[in-house]
Amino acid sequence: MKKMPEVFTFSKENEGRIQEILKRYPEGRQASAILPLFELAQRQCGGWLPKGAIEKVTEMLEVPLIRGYEIATFYSMFNLAPVGKYHLQVCGTTPCMLRGSEDLIHACKKRLKIECGETTKDGLFTLSEVECIGACVNAPVVQINDGYYEDLDQKSFLRLLEDLEAGLDIKPGSALGRQGSAPLEKETSC
Amino acid sequence: MLKAHDRIFTNLYGTQDWRLKGAKKRGDWDKTTNMIAKGQQWIIDEVIASCLKGRGGAGFPTGRKWSFMPKDDGMTPRYLVINADESEPGTCKDRDILRHEPHKLIEGALLAGFAIGSHTGYIYIRGEFHREAEHLETAIVEAYEAGLLGKNAARSGWDFDLYVHRGAGAYICGEETALLESLEGRKGMPRLKPPFPALVGLYGCPTIVNNVETIAVVPTLLRRGAAWFAGIGTPDNTGPRIFCLSGHVNTPCNVEEATGIPLKELIEVHGGGVRGGWENLLAVIPGGSSVPLIPKEICGTVQMDSTSLCNVKSNLGTAAVIVMDKSTDIVRAIARLSKFYMHESCGQCTPCREGTGWIWRMLIRLADGIGTVEDIDRLEEVTYEMEGHTICGLGDAAAWPVQGLIRHFRPELERRLGVA
Repeated sequence: MKKMPEVFTFSKENEGRIQEILKRYPEGRQASAILPLFELAQRQCGGWLPKGAIEKVTEMLEVPLIRGYEIATFYSMFNLAPVGKYHLQVCGTTPCMLRGSEDLIHACKKRLKIECGETTKDGLFTLSEVECIGACVNAPVVQINDGYYEDLDQKSFLRLLEDLEAGLDIKPGSALGRQGSAPLEKETSC
Repeated sequence: MLKAHDRIFTNLYGTQDWRLKGAKKRGDWDKTTNMIAKGQQWIIDEVIASCLKGRGGAGFPTGRKWSFMPKDDGMTPRYLVINADESEPGTCKDRDILRHEPHKLIEGALLAGFAIGSHTGYIYIRGEFHREAEHLETAIVEAYEAGLLGKNAARSGWDFDLYVHRGAGAYICGEETALLESLEGRKGMPRLKPPFPALVGLYGCPTIVNNVETIAVVPTLLRRGAAWFAGIGTPDNTGPRIFCLSGHVNTPCNVEEATGIPLKELIEVHGGGVRGGWENLLAVIPGGSSVPLIPKEICGTVQMDSTSLCNVKSNLGTAAVIVMDKSTDIVRAIARLSKFYMHESCGQCTPCREGTGWIWRMLIRLADGIGTVEDIDRLEEVTYEMEGHTICGLGDAAAWPVQGLIRHFRPELERRLGVA
């Protein structure tokens, strides 16, 4: 895990993106850009939002610093501490629970020897149980960084972890090869 | 059963090209200019005549909502905001529209924006939908390049800009005024109503907030006419609708069906039946996690429309059907929903902030058989104290599933306490 410098600055590339983002909102309403800018900062920092970045963004948008802290702590996607290279976010809400999300969490804890909210020593994985991520007909679902991994069971989930450990790319979507949210075998609509 | 030619979302599963070329082949962006030429009132009248009700859960008549917009003074901006913060447990229909039918949503946004006199629209999409947002943004760029958005959009003489705004993980931002707070760059805490957003909405200006599916059905509705739309479903709940079938069915899926389809038919035909057969069914949550569950006896006969479901003390909500078979620990299943509401409560109203956590702790105890019969009564009493006593509906949404549990599974709770 990289250590963050005290003072945060946006990369050149992100500076350009910020100018584009600000154009979306009316004049004087640049505070609207706080979520997109926090997201950019978090991405640039490798998945977490350091204090320096919160300060920088609020300064840029002329928003009181306290509001920056409020927002960073209110929205669950902002990580206020470093996370592993792969953030395993297992959905634990009822539709996923009914289809075995507890087994996934159990298997993951056992294999990685970490609890929810913890990161492996090598900095590769962070495990979190999250609330409904909106892919319930493909339950159970795990979000790994930007991708959704669907229709998992213990075996297919552990295989994903093995592939990531081996440095292989993993393909988002259904572990059963389903087409989107279609029924497994054949379409039933007329 | 919905006929093939009555389906709106023909690329629901993403088997075809989702980009502009593919969308046009499916009939999107056809005669958009002509429809706008017929005028704002024509669009609003058609939507009112179709009896389209909002697809986001509350089911408010869309045309009526649009007609609440004040007269245009020519100076105050007016906004269309599309709610793509889909987070109600069980619900994942908007995700399919965003990733596989984004042009239906964009065309709908132009038509709705024109109808309410708005030149600017925002689509507030939940932050976790990263890939879905990418599709949507690509589709918007395509629309701009093809002249379908921006100045003189679709050669209609109407200027319309559309932007994507990504959220950052908060169920409460699906509540329309919390969404507006979030879009303005604050914590997503619901506002007191009135004033309603139609009068005082985004940046203090008149604003209409609609769900993704609501807006995405508008182009087809206008092209085929209000009578066609109203002819599908029941008189109270018209049109086709995307149902999400999750939980213990053999083939979980999203499917577009006529509103009012019998629940049993929906589960048997599209869900491949209950795991282990119909006899193995325990209960169903018929409209997303916020509505009370219904036990098997009711599931066999009820229809999937709001009137029928209200008659059995539940609701159609987001049309997300969560099926639970007899292997389910029903108390834990509902307790997990209570944990969800505890996590997602924004914290500004005491009954919700304190109540959601209290309910969860109580249910976990009861699930383990700890407590007394009076605790069940107290739990029920607390849910009624929360209901209706908060600024937004999250307090109600947290209370109803627990009320449903006690209504239909009190003997099970008592059995665990060793008293039945």
